[in-house]
Amino acid sequence: MTDTATDAPILEAIGIRKSFGPLEVLKGIDLSLTRGEVVALIGPSGSGKSTFIRCMNMLETPTDGTLRFRCRAIGDRFEDRGDMIGIGTLRRHVGMVFQHFNLFPHMTVLQNVVEGPLTVLREPRREAEERARDLLSQVGLSQKCDAYPAHLSGGQKQRVAIARALAMQPEVLLLDEVTSALDPELVGEVLAVIRRLGEAGMTMAIVTHEMAFAADVAKRVLFFDKGVVAAEGTPDEIITHPRSERLQGFLARFHE
Amino acid sequence: MTYQWDFHVVGQYLDLFLWGLVYTIVYTIGSIVIGIVLGAAVCGARLSSFVALRGIARVYQELFRCTPLLVQLLWVYYALPLLIGATIDNRVAALLTLACYVGAFYSEIFRSGIVSIDKGQREAAAALGMSRSQSLRRIILPQAIKRMLPSFINQSVIQFKNTSLISVISVADLAYMASVVNGQTYRPLESYTVMAVFYIAMLLPLTQMADYIEKRLRVSD
Repeated sequence: MTDTATDAPILEAIGIRKSFGPLEVLKGIDLSLTRGEVVALIGPSGSGKSTFIRCMNMLETPTDGTLRFRCRAIGDRFEDRGDMIGIGTLRRHVGMVFQHFNLFPHMTVLQNVVEGPLTVLREPRREAEERARDLLSQVGLSQKCDAYPAHLSGGQKQRVAIARALAMQPEVLLLDEVTSALDPELVGEVLAVIRRLGEAGMTMAIVTHEMAFAADVAKRVLFFDKGVVAAEGTPDEIITHPRSERLQGFLARFHE
Repeated sequence: MTYQWDFHVVGQYLDLFLWGLVYTIVYTIGSIVIGIVLGAAVCGARLSSFVALRGIARVYQELFRCTPLLVQLLWVYYALPLLIGATIDNRVAALLTLACYVGAFYSEIFRSGIVSIDKGQREAAAALGMSRSQSLRRIILPQAIKRMLPSFINQSVIQFKNTSLISVISVADLAYMASVVNGQTYRPLESYTVMAVFYIAMLLPLTQMADYIEKRLRVSD
């Protein structure tokens, strides 16, 4: 691994556009993530924030625009090719956690967490399991190693999903509405895990509807509206003291 | 008038029935094995991104699913040789037709099993950096096979019974042997009852096993 300057972007999106048929959901989005930075993406549903974060690991292929990982452009193939980084390489370094967890139901918790390191990174099993157990204890689930996902609560599932993403030792973590499918009383345990990750210096882009949480963990907040970034700034500028009317209107719904 | 059952006469031909049973089993297993390979290939074609390949696979599926097996057997054995100008051995015709027939149904069972897996599973595998084949092997197939199993067993049970149709092109399976025994003994009731009992004896354990497997799978979901 090359040692890049701390303020050089790790993951960079430039002019990302995405259309589904005649519907343009992203109209040119820029975002660059520097090492250790936590960015929150907020906005009404349908504003394009989830589509955008899915473009950042190429789960959605942008219609136009460039994605760069450590200053190298991402190609449209799975493997690296010339100067272009392959989608496979990108995803090995950029983890993702989903709204609906998407744990592998036919595998135990431990098997879920070691699956990436074993299959993709071809790590020795002992090493992978050791790290998996360590990660599971960090998210408070060392007792659940041999349980199947069906026997876990939503909050536990999401913590396993976070451990599964971390097992790849990613440089960036993308979180797509990770608490939206949880019962309210289970949200806290998941947010606590993410907050600790941020404090430990993990680079993260977080799509969320939890405004207090976004204001708390993020260094920068992007407000998405109708496929564009309508406002961008510190949590104080965007969430605590919003200036635009549109933003005030959006945030007002969270204070009821 | 009461019928005097006499299994003794028919019983003398037990070895014929057993030979027929062996043929039935061989044709069932043979056509299932070829059918699985064919079904997997056609399933892959149906799911591929090549339009032409998808089209060909679709034509094959509908051709074999929408014509009766009896018609297929007659066509391959009596009509196809006129087209290609060479005779086809009846055993080869029987095996290939059975395999193509069951392969068409298997391919649809495989395909619907694979597409029934939530797309979040594929996305989670992709997000870990898995290639398409890794995702298929490690994540999709283990879950899909579980869902396919009951329909797969069901189709295979039907296939076992369907082999009885190859008797019309003179392959000496269980049904053919029963009619031979009937011709020798003039005892249709006994001949065909013995045949039916053989089919039940073979298939009852299979259907019971399918029920059992289905229950087990439901528990673990």
